[in-house]
Amino acid sequence: MTDSLDPRIRRADMEHAPSSSGLVQNEHWEPYAVFHQDKRGEQHVFVGIVHAPDPEMALVFAKEQFGRRKKTVSLWVVKSTDIYSFQHEDEDMFSTVPEKTYREASGYPVRKRINKYLDELKQFEKQKYLDIEENV
Amino acid sequence: MSEAIKDLLYRMAEDELILGHRNSEWTGLGPILEEDIAFSSIAQDQIGHALANYTILNEQFGEPVPDVIAFSRDEKQFHCCQFVELPIGDYAFSLIRHFLFDHAETIRYEALALSSFAPLGSLAKKIKGELKYHVLHGDLWVTKLGQGTEESHARMQTALNEAFPYALGMFEPSKYDEELEREKVTIGETALQTKWLEVVTPILEKANLVLPKLSIKDRKYGGRQGYHTEYLQPLIDEMTEVYRLDPAATW
Repeated sequence: MTDSLDPRIRRADMEHAPSSSGLVQNEHWEPYAVFHQDKRGEQHVFVGIVHAPDPEMALVFAKEQFGRRKKTVSLWVVKSTDIYSFQHEDEDMFSTVPEKTYREASGYPVRKRINKYLDELKQFEKQKYLDIEENV
Repeated sequence: MSEAIKDLLYRMAEDELILGHRNSEWTGLGPILEEDIAFSSIAQDQIGHALANYTILNEQFGEPVPDVIAFSRDEKQFHCCQFVELPIGDYAFSLIRHFLFDHAETIRYEALALSSFAPLGSLAKKIKGELKYHVLHGDLWVTKLGQGTEESHARMQTALNEAFPYALGMFEPSKYDEELEREKVTIGETALQTKWLEVVTPILEKANLVLPKLSIKDRKYGGRQGYHTEYLQPLIDEMTEVYRLDPAATW
């Protein structure tokens, strides 16, 4: 074992480590997913993970880990193992989605009506401005 | 009156500066990454509080600028209690000290939120949220390790036994106590200590930790008068090392 020059550092003694790990309770902490909210009413957004022995400690760690540099009003923590997800090999379930343009709002003729309305509004504002100019 | 407030500001600033420096010794060496970041951040907050108090001394009372106050005096001129000077020890000791200190600081600033001296009143309101986090962090660790394994409990109890006589030094009475109370600047040290014990005792009980029985002569007083432990001057030497290379340097 190489002793550090810094007396505060105690390096792990890898050569003489016991063969059985001799784990004590809670030595293996669990990952918690952290969700960050920057404004009341906004969505909590996933920002990363912290390791902690329980949810309270996960919150305490998340506060400094993810709330110390940007505006934060609230955080959520969820045990990573409580998040259920699709497998990446099941990605083919989503593969034809880009073809189904009729599901997009842009596929509807309403866009034309909106543009027409916006044009009318612009004309109206312009006319109003001209009217004012005339009166001055 | 201004002498009394200056003395109060120096006492608070120096406790915060020295403990902030001490606790920052854990940066990079904390037990796990997340806790390293949390504890370092709390240490930074403490130094921020010291800066705020030194700034009040400079702006309201014409004392030197904060860097000059903090970095160009020797131990005799420091008003911190001996509690904050002690080495970091093991993590149990550093946690117990953080827990005992931040509760005391919270109670101190709660009293100051109602202060007749406006700069301290507004500082108290500004840092309320920071202190709320500090005690949340301390309470959680102390409770968990106190209730944890036989070893963690034993180490926390040992740390508490070592820390407690020095912790009482945080409330060393000052000759200005009466004046500060009369002028409604803050409440006296004895009253602060009573409130502090009311807050920390139930949390320690929950953590299965017992406050050691002490006699009056066990209290570690003297820091407020400039009588310090052998640990303060080496800390100051280290803290001021860069500053002393060129005190007039600008950043």
